[in-house]
Amino acid sequence: MNWLSDKMLHHLREVADAPDLSNTRYQLREKLGRGGMGSVYLVADSELQRQVALKVLDIPDQDNHLSERMIEEARIIARLEHPGIVPVHDVGTLSDGRVFYTMKYVQGERLDIAIKSVTAISERLRIFRKICEPVAFAHAHGVIHRDLKPANIMIGDFGETLVMDWGIAKVLNQSSSVELKNNTSHLLPAKDTSRTLSGTILGTPGYMAPEQAAGEITAINQQSDIYALGALLFFLLSGEPPPQITRATTSPKKILQLLTQVSGKTVNIPKPLKYICQKAMSVSPENRYSTVQALISDIDNFLDDMAISAYKENIIELSLRFFKKNKFFVGLILTYLILRYLMIVWLNV
Amino acid sequence: MSDDTRIGGAEERFPQTRWSAIVAAGSSDSNERTRAYEVLVASYWKPVYKYIRIKWGKSNEDAKDITQGFFTRVMEKDFFQGFDPARARFRTFLRTCLDRYISNEMKAGNRQKRGGNAHIASLDFENAEGELSARQLPDAQSMDEFFDQEWLRSLFALAIEALKEFCEKKGKMQQFQIFELYDLNPDSANPPAYSEIASNFEIPVTQVTNYLAFARREFRRILLDKLRDITINDAEFRNEARLILGKDPE
Repeated sequence: MNWLSDKMLHHLREVADAPDLSNTRYQLREKLGRGGMGSVYLVADSELQRQVALKVLDIPDQDNHLSERMIEEARIIARLEHPGIVPVHDVGTLSDGRVFYTMKYVQGERLDIAIKSVTAISERLRIFRKICEPVAFAHAHGVIHRDLKPANIMIGDFGETLVMDWGIAKVLNQSSSVELKNNTSHLLPAKDTSRTLSGTILGTPGYMAPEQAAGEITAINQQSDIYALGALLFFLLSGEPPPQITRATTSPKKILQLLTQVSGKTVNIPKPLKYICQKAMSVSPENRYSTVQALISDIDNFLDDMAISAYKENIIELSLRFFKKNKFFVGLILTYLILRYLMIVWLNV
Repeated sequence: MSDDTRIGGAEERFPQTRWSAIVAAGSSDSNERTRAYEVLVASYWKPVYKYIRIKWGKSNEDAKDITQGFFTRVMEKDFFQGFDPARARFRTFLRTCLDRYISNEMKAGNRQKRGGNAHIASLDFENAEGELSARQLPDAQSMDEFFDQEWLRSLFALAIEALKEFCEKKGKMQQFQIFELYDLNPDSANPPAYSEIASNFEIPVTQVTNYLAFARREFRRILLDKLRDITINDAEFRNEARLILGKDPE
């Protein structure tokens, strides 16, 4: 054998990494990215003659936990049929023993990159709303995402907003999870093992709710996703990574301070929106929005220039809002009063 | 490559449920301990030798002696028992041990030829020397990277050798030859076309695809088996595997 040059070594590393697509309908095109437990490739589906994305487990573990988790991820996504969630087409095991699934190939950019070209707050809020909708849908189906962050949101070329990477999603409905785990064995390469849905603490600092960061698996629920949505909203509005709120951050006032000063920089966010972030990112889950829908309502109210639930306005702010909303009638009354005053003055002259 | 040390080859692989050579190096069973050291020496002697030549600027003869002496001392003193996977990768730990060893030897000024009673198969230093002259030498700042790259080269070369043995044993030499032609081609950017290979071997093109897929699949399996042998636990194995396989797209 020849000496392995750097070039050959590089090639062999790719060869050893590439999924073995022999005996499948897919042909490898290129590697698109790598996540926590798998890599995503662009492949051509020779049967349907289209391109799809194929996610494959990169390094299987000895007791198949990761393989089971990936199958479960595919099944969770498959049951969430929503325009904001990438549809799964196929799931199985490759000849090299690795579990894979295929999904729609989305062309676009990650949120953190796409957002750079969006300057208007109203437009950013509309994007945020589109992120909330699939999350609300998933919650309605008993699924929580647990890793919402800009890198897991894709903005398509036609403005479609997709929530990706459900790799650490959790099914809250116990009967559904039992149904999922009992049917994975035929997709696995080797021995099957019992699988639990509680698991290791995974997530991303800044976007992880305090209970998630503290590793309290049983306390993680829809409210943890609502926290992450609050952090995402903060990122969308400020362009800065959100501060990590911990159990030590006891008061709402302190959270507001953290949302105002990030890494020594003062962040300028409209006051009502800052309060929406603060409410969503409350330390205690019961102080957060009760549902994603309630959070969306506050965003809609802000966009419609109405009062929001997260912030109690004072009398001046209430009056200003009233004048702003009723400009025509207020103007009419003011004009009448001025004319009347002028008439009185004129008659007295 | 065929003249290289044969220790830790395909025949010496361990059952899938065990095992790490690093753990086994501390075993009370002397046979197991010897086998474990053989695996570790097979994986590391080349990067160690090249590192001594380049980083420490030692002559060919001195580097040979130091390499032998280092592994002998490691076996005698159970160096690897001090490895803590929470603090560093094994290869980083080994390199630190090596630096310390050379430094101490130089201070003491008592470098001796070692290896008397220790079982180290003869190592093909000429081959390693040839490889060294075939590559561009790194600068002093990138010695860590150099050591890692040479370790990687050594690991992949062992896996190729093991794949060859495996194919020979299974009567699948044609599969290996196609792998050799296509993936071990020095001009990996321009490998021969499948149709050309098919015509050379007088087999259909689909067979070339299947044979290549077989060889690549086995290559990956053997490579990961070898990596598992020289990592201490599943977490380190997975981290190392993710580092050495492929490359993230830019």
